[in-house]
Amino acid sequence: MYDIKALYEAESVQDAIRLLQEHPKAQIIAGGSDVLVQIREGRRAGAELVSIFSIDALRGVSYDENEAIRIGSLTSFSHIAASPIIREKIPVLGEAVSLVGGPQIRNIGTIGGNTCNGVTSADSASTLMAWDAVVELHGPEGVRRLPIQDFYIKAGVVDLRPAELQTAIIIPKAAYEGYFGRYIKYAMREAMDIANLGCSVNAKLSGDKKTIEDARVAYGVAGPVPMRAPSAEAIARGRAVCRETVDAFARAVLDDIHPRDSWRAAKAFREHIAVELAKRALTESIERAGGVIDG
Amino acid sequence: MYAGQRVRRVDAFDKVTGRTRYTDDLCDRGAYIARILHATVANGRVVSIDTSEAEKVPGVVRILTCFDLKDKHCFPTAGHPWSTDPSHQDVADRLILTDRVRFYGDDVAAVVAEDEVAAAQALRLIRVEYEAYPFVLDVQKAMEDGAPQLHEKYPNNILKHTQIRIGDYQKAIQEPGLTKVEGWYETPVVQHCHIENFICFAESEGDRIKVVSSTQIPHIVRRIVGQALGIDWGRVRVIKPYVGGGFGNKQDILYEPLCAWLSLQVGGHLVKLDVPREETFVCNRTRHSIRNHIVSWVRPDGTYAARKLEAFSDQGAYASHGHSICAKGAGCFPQLYPCDNVEVDAYTVFTNKPVAGAMRGYGIPQAMWAVECHTEDVCAAIGADPVAFRRKNLMPVGYVDGFSKNEMYYDSFNQCLDKAMAAIDYERKFKAYQNQTGDVRRGIGVAMFWYNTAVWPISLESSSCRMVLNQDGSFQLQLAETEIGQGADTAFAQMAADVVGVPLEKVHVVSCQDTDVTPFGTSAYASRQTYIAGFSIRQTGLLLKERILDYAHKLTRMPVFNLDIVDGNIVRTTDGRVLMSLAALAEEALYSLTDSQHIAAESTYQIKSNAYSFGCTIAEVEVDIPLCKVKLLNIVNCHDAGTLINPALAEAQVHGGMSMGIGFGMSEKLMFDEKTGRPLNNNLLDYKLPTMLDHPRLVAEFVENPEPTSAFGTKGLGEPPACSPAPAIRNAILHATGVGVKTAPANPHNLFRAFVEAGLITDSR
Repeated sequence: MYDIKALYEAESVQDAIRLLQEHPKAQIIAGGSDVLVQIREGRRAGAELVSIFSIDALRGVSYDENEAIRIGSLTSFSHIAASPIIREKIPVLGEAVSLVGGPQIRNIGTIGGNTCNGVTSADSASTLMAWDAVVELHGPEGVRRLPIQDFYIKAGVVDLRPAELQTAIIIPKAAYEGYFGRYIKYAMREAMDIANLGCSVNAKLSGDKKTIEDARVAYGVAGPVPMRAPSAEAIARGRAVCRETVDAFARAVLDDIHPRDSWRAAKAFREHIAVELAKRALTESIERAGGVIDG
Repeated sequence: MYAGQRVRRVDAFDKVTGRTRYTDDLCDRGAYIARILHATVANGRVVSIDTSEAEKVPGVVRILTCFDLKDKHCFPTAGHPWSTDPSHQDVADRLILTDRVRFYGDDVAAVVAEDEVAAAQALRLIRVEYEAYPFVLDVQKAMEDGAPQLHEKYPNNILKHTQIRIGDYQKAIQEPGLTKVEGWYETPVVQHCHIENFICFAESEGDRIKVVSSTQIPHIVRRIVGQALGIDWGRVRVIKPYVGGGFGNKQDILYEPLCAWLSLQVGGHLVKLDVPREETFVCNRTRHSIRNHIVSWVRPDGTYAARKLEAFSDQGAYASHGHSICAKGAGCFPQLYPCDNVEVDAYTVFTNKPVAGAMRGYGIPQAMWAVECHTEDVCAAIGADPVAFRRKNLMPVGYVDGFSKNEMYYDSFNQCLDKAMAAIDYERKFKAYQNQTGDVRRGIGVAMFWYNTAVWPISLESSSCRMVLNQDGSFQLQLAETEIGQGADTAFAQMAADVVGVPLEKVHVVSCQDTDVTPFGTSAYASRQTYIAGFSIRQTGLLLKERILDYAHKLTRMPVFNLDIVDGNIVRTTDGRVLMSLAALAEEALYSLTDSQHIAAESTYQIKSNAYSFGCTIAEVEVDIPLCKVKLLNIVNCHDAGTLINPALAEAQVHGGMSMGIGFGMSEKLMFDEKTGRPLNNNLLDYKLPTMLDHPRLVAEFVENPEPTSAFGTKGLGEPPACSPAPAIRNAILHATGVGVKTAPANPHNLFRAFVEAGLITDSR
């Protein structure tokens, strides 16, 4: 039995905005895999809820007119993983969301919820961050689009204005074309777990596969929100595909990330793993891009 | 013969179709819902409780605090048989609610409400003022002079200290040429994590109280609810439906007394107490964390000259099963690897942590972690082969324990080792994995375990059985030994069918125990169900058979000594002729106008024996050193559990126990905040119970040496599978990397520290 004050079901995005305006204290609920857990724990007990679950327009993965990949915010993890577009263009995103919880959670949990809850450990978030995703928001003032890095404000807080809801996550063509990536979730279990550290790396190689034209890396749980490691990216960019580049890239992540000491993991341990994951994820990204690392 | 067959579980269809009714399924919808308010200081006193805001919540029926408990009856909670000798009784240190808080999570008040939401809302609105005392979480710090004291009667928080002295340790260590090997080995606080959380409901029936509980031990619950309420035990009726796992947690009285008391405070109305998972972790029971210090003095020929064990067992805040756990581990120390000169000191110590109680293995998983990690360390120190060293030093055939009179009848250890080694291809892998380099390395490790089946001669062992014949020649089988998921009912049916001589489907096991109806027994604990129940099943089955054949004599005029019951028929043994069916006999017996009888049998058997149950684990791992991660590639357990009644269920027991051992060795640990004593990870996300994907294929092998003392050749298998996987995995990691962690679990956090210390991992920068 859940302590819910009221549940309002939205039929459309506009309807959801109206309901959120009418009930300013209401919490949006999509799949419920976070919100219901929080209600049970008492953190949101007595909440008013606006359910957007039946707005089917927010489901699905498609190309927009600019060949950007558009993922409706209500798309479940299992649908993302099965999407032909994701499999072709950003398979790493499908791999990342396939590491969320267990099969039941992946069937009900949505990528919108995974980003709007603002948690650093979200398995989709570091990959979206590493692929320069753009968040689309609908509110009373209309539509806003902002880079996902700007969407995250602090732990548990995202840039959602009153009566606003996230409607899509967009990955522009320039952000995915030619990139190959790898996400490594570091957790204590092979399933049903939360990441101690998540590392998503992708790289774009030169035509001869000898040079890294671009490399991007983002972490979950390396700070209060998912974060990029720009120093490491700068070191790899334009450098030759070789072991030294990979090692220098991996070491440099420590200039950017700020994992903390907690009972979940020690700082020194997280830092060590962060470097190791960066090394492995870049190596595999390069291999997926057709590059060969000697030695 | 059904014994020895892989027959289908008697409860299989109902369980897989969801038809089986567990405690919650049986509770009337009109029940009031109870929730408990737990203390938020680790040590202290409740000064006052303000319930005024909570009382205003619509749907709240009653809020009861520790100050409302007027008749204070201290009660013990351990699910042990009662002792009529006061000096052997369990420590009675619990109250239904307490104002003297001894751990973060102690029970200070309870809400009774019309529904769960109202109960939860009220719980959040209760304001408690505490006087906080200093607290202690470390077992050895708790023993220091000046440490915070938990219980007045136990200076330095020592619940009990026992010793074993064999030979002369001090003299023996003077022998020239000895190598000294010393180590500290520690196991964490872990929890049972049965699927069904503890749940019970209670209501008045006339002047009696009825409690339906997810328990392993209904007859013990009856006694302790009586003790806690201060009423005659016969006024308590306890019903135990199907149970979704217990693993020893439910071999303790948990909240049955509180629930019964709450019901009485609301006029005997039905009250349900369904404990959430977070509270199950903290406010039920845990496995004792035990810190062991072992010193061994080894001769150049690879034998032990002298050995010493100090064990410090963290009891948590209340006595529960107390020193029994640590004492069991200490007791096996001189037996597994016998030595002429041994000193053992075992301490059980109170700390401001959740209460430790019984958990599958009852002290032996902790002891095997210490002993088998240490055995491997000894091998490393003297350059001995781990298997050869064990074979040389393990308990030999013919060994008899002076106290229990348990005897090593067979060469069980060597037979189990041989079978396990063959199953996992040990010899080849052991050689192949020597002296590896590189980031990813493999290893293979062995651990033995010592176990015994039951509790004789420490406690009472008695089993009562009732068989009641029906018109169709079938009969009900009733026992106090409980089905808690392990498959006991099926094994009982197999044994009963064999003894009486009927087809298996003619045995109707009454799975639910009701203390008003079920014959007396102390129920499911230790590894004793099949062993103990076997005696009363055989005795009662023979009694039933005798009564049936007496009646058959009247109907057939044949002498009883020429009659038998075979496959549900009365058979003349001299020529094998079927004289009549048992069904025809039973129908005639019930409805005869001249000699009507309700044929039934009931008897109690007091068991005055016990049986060793031995075996080993071999584990193969792959260690990714930079990631500090261990992948368990293969694992095999081999057991000599005597004759198996149902090999399929035996394998299932072993699989479950191995899984528990894998979690114990690799990932599970309940953690506490050093500053407040607050539990940190009391949920199934942060507490790392291994999932399906963390397991390799679990291989169960058996050596079936019939146990001579047993009614069916069988002996314990419930707990033994959980005893040796953890040290085997640790020893495999040691083989792979040269690094042997001494504190369980061998999770990435501990491995990181160990690898850094060993120089396998260097600074990332």
